[in-house]
Amino acid sequence: MIMIFGIPGPLLFGQLLLGLINGAFYAMLSMGLAIIFGMLNIINFAHGALFMMGAFASWMLLQYAGIGYFPSLILAPLIIGVFGVILERTIISRLYHLDHLYGLLLTFGLALVIQGLFRNYYGSSGLPYRIPDVLQGATDVGFMFLPNYRAWVVVAAVVVCVATWAIIEKTPLGATLRAATENAPLVQAFGVNVPRVITLTYGGGVALAAFAGVLAAPIYSVNPNMGDNFINTVFAVVVIGGMGSIMGSIVTGFALGVIEGLTKVFYPQASATVVFLVMVIVLLTLPHGLFGRRA
Amino acid sequence: MFGFSKAQQFAFLTMLALIVICPFVLYPVFLMRVLCMAIFACAFNLMIGYVGLLSFGHAAFFGMGSYIAAWTMKFWHVDAAVAIVLGGATGAVLGLCLGYLAIRRSGIYFAMITLALAQMVYFFCVEAPFTGGEDGIQQVPRGQLFGIVPLNNDMAMYWLVAAVFLGSFLLIHRIIHSPFGQVLKAIRENEPRATSLGYRTDDYKLIAFVLSTTLAGVAGGTKALVFGIATLTDVHYSTSGEVVLTTLLGGLGTVFGPVMGAVLVTTMENYLAQFGQWVTVTQGAIFVICVLAFRRGVIGELGGALRLAL
Repeated sequence: MIMIFGIPGPLLFGQLLLGLINGAFYAMLSMGLAIIFGMLNIINFAHGALFMMGAFASWMLLQYAGIGYFPSLILAPLIIGVFGVILERTIISRLYHLDHLYGLLLTFGLALVIQGLFRNYYGSSGLPYRIPDVLQGATDVGFMFLPNYRAWVVVAAVVVCVATWAIIEKTPLGATLRAATENAPLVQAFGVNVPRVITLTYGGGVALAAFAGVLAAPIYSVNPNMGDNFINTVFAVVVIGGMGSIMGSIVTGFALGVIEGLTKVFYPQASATVVFLVMVIVLLTLPHGLFGRRA
Repeated sequence: MFGFSKAQQFAFLTMLALIVICPFVLYPVFLMRVLCMAIFACAFNLMIGYVGLLSFGHAAFFGMGSYIAAWTMKFWHVDAAVAIVLGGATGAVLGLCLGYLAIRRSGIYFAMITLALAQMVYFFCVEAPFTGGEDGIQQVPRGQLFGIVPLNNDMAMYWLVAAVFLGSFLLIHRIIHSPFGQVLKAIRENEPRATSLGYRTDDYKLIAFVLSTTLAGVAGGTKALVFGIATLTDVHYSTSGEVVLTTLLGGLGTVFGPVMGAVLVTTMENYLAQFGQWVTVTQGAIFVICVLAFRRGVIGELGGALRLAL
């Protein structure tokens, strides 16, 4: 058996993979938060709840409509995205003229309502979601057995993250979006329907969270608290990365996942707190975050 | 009296009368829960209402205060007053450490940082042996006050809690109306201007934060004494959310708002407790309604209608 730093290779790589997977979720969620914050100036506290709704949507699609994993990878984000658009149009859009803090309080309230309702109807114990047949099993990659589904999650997350980054940084649509983030009235003067851009941005950010939720469904059991467990760490990730750059949140998300995984190997007691410790160090040295811009 | 306006004097005397009369009419343990929540909410209001910083991590100070008070009562058999003071001291020390980090950012980032730091405290409490993990610290004796007054009697305990509440309430009022409080308000209104006038705004914010967390620790310690228990729920972020809700519902930045909020939220929880998760749903709905319809809260709106600062 290969030993690395006195740790058996398979254990180390296993935890690294788990770290990468958690990192994939941190990256997708913090990217969504950053995009929404850029456009709406709101910290979407309901992000975790919407992530959970994505997982539940895929479970319900399978349970009640017999729709499998791959179609629901598209359908669930669409459904939850539309739900996000409705939320934005009916409730959140009423707050744009107010202090940002009200957006935080409002979305926190929305998260409580959503989570409470799901706990009421589905309990807190969690529902199983089977890994699709194609992705069952594991592959021997020489130094470890790689579970196929977990490899798929990492690949899918990387693809989605890079695609989102490319859309925002490299396409005309993304250019409009960035311009509207920078100076909304001016962009509106050029004839762009800024309120619609804002609505679609929120819908898109929410769809990203839901997509992450579908990916998470077979790994963690589908339960109303699954977003809760992630969202607080994701906030720390956002503070560490700063919300200024999309690539920044992707890199920070994956990196922190890996750090967390490594901590599980070397000092398991600290694995839950290590992300927060990194946040403390970053705050002491670079108060605006690794990729943040001075306001 | 104490720098209250006429209307506030009237409101204060009404509150005082209710505190004296209520235990003879209502269940004292329920009233003590309301008062503990009121201390906690008043402490939280000091930050959001007068410095303009929303802390989403006040459960850390409340919970740690509660743990330390419960632990020292149970294993060191300290005096009840000492336990409450230790709870406050815990809040102060922890507040100094976390506040030092958090005040580096403001606005939304301050909220996220306090939330994340409080989450770190929560995970610490899950792992640390002295907290008793999932069980918490149970069957904490109420002990005696100053070595002479036994607190097992609910009424004796009630008067102590009422005294702690009034002390905290008047202290906060005194802080707000001191020159120090005026500087805090200046920072809230226009921080660059306060800086340009020569005030070290970070120091002021940190001192205000520590005062707030000290009282949050006092609230936690008192709560541990009343119910004889300190658990992970006290440090969980849902408790932070609850104190935000209490203050928002009562009225951010009002003197009597947090107290009113504590009455309303605790009563609601009391009645909805049998419906399980509907408590969470109702709390969330109140958040949404407050933010959309009456941002000034019950007392704020009442004061607005009467053209008085309550």
